[in-house]
Amino acid sequence: MANKTDLHRYSPYLFIGPAFIILILGLLVPFFYGVGLSLYNFTFTNIRKTPDFYGLGNYFELFKDPYFWQSIWITFIFTFIVTLGELLYGLVIALVLEEDVYGMRFWRSAFVLPFMIAPVVVGIIWRYLFDSNFGIINYVLSVIGIAPKLWLSDPHLALISIIIADIWQWTPFVFLMLLAGLQGIPEDLVSAGKIDGANYFQNLIHIKLACIRNVLVVTAAMRIIDAFRSMVVVYNMTYGGPGKSTEILSLSVYKTGFVEQRLGKASAVAVVLMVLIYVVTSLVFFKSQEDERN
Amino acid sequence: MKGTKIKRRVYHLILKYVLLVILFFITILPIFIMISTSLKTRVDAFSIPPVWFFKPTLNGYRVVFDSLPFNRYFINSCIIGILTTVFTCLFGVMAAYAIVRHKFFGRKALLKVILLLRMIAPVVLIIPIYIIWSKLGVVGSRNSVIFSYVAMNLPLAIWISRTFINEVPIALEEAAIIDGCNDLRIFSSIIAPLIKPGLVVVAIFTFRTCWNEFPLALVITDRFSRTLPVAITLFISTTGVDWSAISAIATIIAIPAFIFTFTSSKHIIKGLAAGAVKG
Repeated sequence: MANKTDLHRYSPYLFIGPAFIILILGLLVPFFYGVGLSLYNFTFTNIRKTPDFYGLGNYFELFKDPYFWQSIWITFIFTFIVTLGELLYGLVIALVLEEDVYGMRFWRSAFVLPFMIAPVVVGIIWRYLFDSNFGIINYVLSVIGIAPKLWLSDPHLALISIIIADIWQWTPFVFLMLLAGLQGIPEDLVSAGKIDGANYFQNLIHIKLACIRNVLVVTAAMRIIDAFRSMVVVYNMTYGGPGKSTEILSLSVYKTGFVEQRLGKASAVAVVLMVLIYVVTSLVFFKSQEDERN
Repeated sequence: MKGTKIKRRVYHLILKYVLLVILFFITILPIFIMISTSLKTRVDAFSIPPVWFFKPTLNGYRVVFDSLPFNRYFINSCIIGILTTVFTCLFGVMAAYAIVRHKFFGRKALLKVILLLRMIAPVVLIIPIYIIWSKLGVVGSRNSVIFSYVAMNLPLAIWISRTFINEVPIALEEAAIIDGCNDLRIFSSIIAPLIKPGLVVVAIFTFRTCWNEFPLALVITDRFSRTLPVAITLFISTTGVDWSAISAIATIIAIPAFIFTFTSSKHIIKGLAAGAVKG
């Protein structure tokens, strides 16, 4: 009998054990090792030797580097426009489709497709579509009488191009999340609003959006985290170019580490990236919790 | 009065379907262009205006199979994807079961940590993992890739399984305890069969992440353990832009996405909702 209760007492640890060990060895150890690395001057050539302690040297180098600040700026612009664009566009479509639609299962399947497809493939498709000589986008523009543009080799247009590709990939996701939220609103609330004489927009803002506020916040947070993290589409569309005009921070981590071969400095960029993700996400969540309390 | 109401209804209906069709075309057209380009000749792939009607050819696919050790990359992607999925599902559901149904020291802290771990960007890990693996001398081995992928997928897997285990009526487990089942029996004969739909969701999400993963694979695989996403970027940088061949590999990489989307989009949407639950 004593044996049995012992088993019961230890069993949670047995069930958690494997996941716990893998998470520590596979995520936490590399993560903190990476934080430590950012304090060393570590390059590919001395990968087998003990590297020199560099203190905050990597960070000082970064903070003096105008390209680093440019990279942060681009990351924020990219994340902001992409998240806002996807939320607005996704919300419009979700509002239109919130009532019953014929063939909803088919439409939903089609909308799931873009975020199931590999980001590598997404980057490559859009690189082909935006190609200045034989891309279909310039062709469509020429049909309606607009001069062809050098999408991927003009700094501003290149940024717009990667934003369009990201919105293409993720608006369906936002749409599905918001649709699920809208369909969960109790019907009497909306009809009560109508009886009280609220027009469409009053109903939308005071009832519908208020009801799905949590869904909006979580969806926005997920998109922000992912927009900060993703480098694959940009890697395959522009490789950060032309120049460094689309080098978002996550791509900068890779390039500093494996192109410039400064592994310590790249780790410092990675630390900055994680701090930014953490701060921005907690701001979004903190704000929403404050709203809830009021 | 009644007439205008009906008119507004009809307008609304038309607007609804027009928007739907526009979104559908925006969503599908790039994918359609990818597939059709993969079936064009090299010359047709470059022609402007685009050739809409053409005789499909498998030339692009032949170029890919001739110029790459394609089978090896394909098998690597399959093995890494399947093994990672199996281990992630098993360990993830086990951990979620303990978190949902047991009280133990540090349970709340563990949940917070898992939520934080979901924020870690894969690109942040590539440098430390590369250095650690190369110090241990295992860079390029398939097993080291699988280990890292299991670790990267576990937080989301635990998170999603948690919501599914929560839905299992606890009375079933209480009855089993009275009948003298221990936790292992409860897990294997009650929890595991009942959350099968949840397991499907976790499996799809995990497999998708591994099959599509790029930054880590780019850094820690070598020519023996390389996966398809890395193979396609190297193919572009070594052979230049042969768009019909590039589209052919891209289409092959997208095949699992098509399969999952059209067989289980319902599961996928459920998983998105479960993954988004906070706190």
